[in-house]
Amino acid sequence: MAAIAESIGPSRRRLVVDGLGIVASAAGFGLVYGLSARQAGFSLVEAVAMSVLVFAGAAQFAAVGYLGQGLGWPAIVVLTAFLNARHLLYSASLAPWLSRTPRPTKAAMAHLLTDEAFALSIAHFRRIGRADLFGYWYGAIVTTFIPWNVATIGGVLLGGAIADPRSLGLDVVFPAAMAGLALGLTVGRREMVAAATGAAIAVLASLAWDPAGGIILGGLGGPLVAMAIPGTAATTPLPPSPFGDLEAVGRPADPGGDPEIGVAP
Amino acid sequence: MTTDLVLLAILMGAATYPSRAIPLLAPGVERLPPRVIEYLRLVGPAVLAALAATGTMLVVDDARRATFHVGIEWLAVGACLVLVRWRHNLFVGLLAAVAITAVARAIGLA
Repeated sequence: MAAIAESIGPSRRRLVVDGLGIVASAAGFGLVYGLSARQAGFSLVEAVAMSVLVFAGAAQFAAVGYLGQGLGWPAIVVLTAFLNARHLLYSASLAPWLSRTPRPTKAAMAHLLTDEAFALSIAHFRRIGRADLFGYWYGAIVTTFIPWNVATIGGVLLGGAIADPRSLGLDVVFPAAMAGLALGLTVGRREMVAAATGAAIAVLASLAWDPAGGIILGGLGGPLVAMAIPGTAATTPLPPSPFGDLEAVGRPADPGGDPEIGVAP
Repeated sequence: MTTDLVLLAILMGAATYPSRAIPLLAPGVERLPPRVIEYLRLVGPAVLAALAATGTMLVVDDARRATFHVGIEWLAVGACLVLVRWRHNLFVGLLAAVAITAVARAIGLA
């Protein structure tokens, strides 16, 4: 297993190149958010406060719409919590990799955890077989937080200069970025099944119930289905074990540990 | 310049933070059973694919109702996937997706 883990240099270079796509995605959507916020009557301070303090694109777009419909603040806050509940999955998925990271650092990392930061960092961690805080901060701050906030400011200030951002094709950047990043993580049969099933469940549940709920159901249900099929030899490392470098030998180093730890699924 | 919505932003941020932080900060994560870790490993591809699929195949109106949609976005995202698989470069894939969408809309195909 250890033999297939990339060294950190090439993986960071890949992270930087993939991050360029995320910069484009975050900047494009941040611009559209800024335009929408201005049209909804947000001041520059209010629009930027959302982008800094909430830092969650879907929830921010939804808030613009909710306020336009006259929805009360308590309802908006509750709906925001629901819309962003998928971050629980990201956080839980990253947690084993970051088990040795100091809590204050993790507390700061949590605020910057987005779809993009998760996608870039989890792919990077898997390539190198361990956590790399530089990789996380790069994905969270350089490729997402800064472009998102700069573009928010740009969108508010540019105002009506951009008549229809959709005509520029900017709305396709986010799903294309998520698809490309998902593809990078589908390196085995189980990952493919998890991705395909997760997508199907999400679409069906969104149509039948609610888009935010559909994404969560897809994220929860896809892995469940994938776990039911026989696993192939993993081509991506599991998170580092607290019992040592178990993956290097393919079996537990600690005889008292769980016999399955570190064994490829 | 109004600042009324800054308080709403603080409240929305406070509502979002627990879902981002609780699993990361909860003790005992390093002792999760291997089956749970394997499950969590599969969450990434599943959630990202779910976001991609819903963003491509659905249109959500202001009332958060979703309807199925077939359009140029399918071709754009498909082209992005092909390029990412072929060139291992997300940025090139995104450029192609945006170009396909913008051109199709400019000439009235979408």
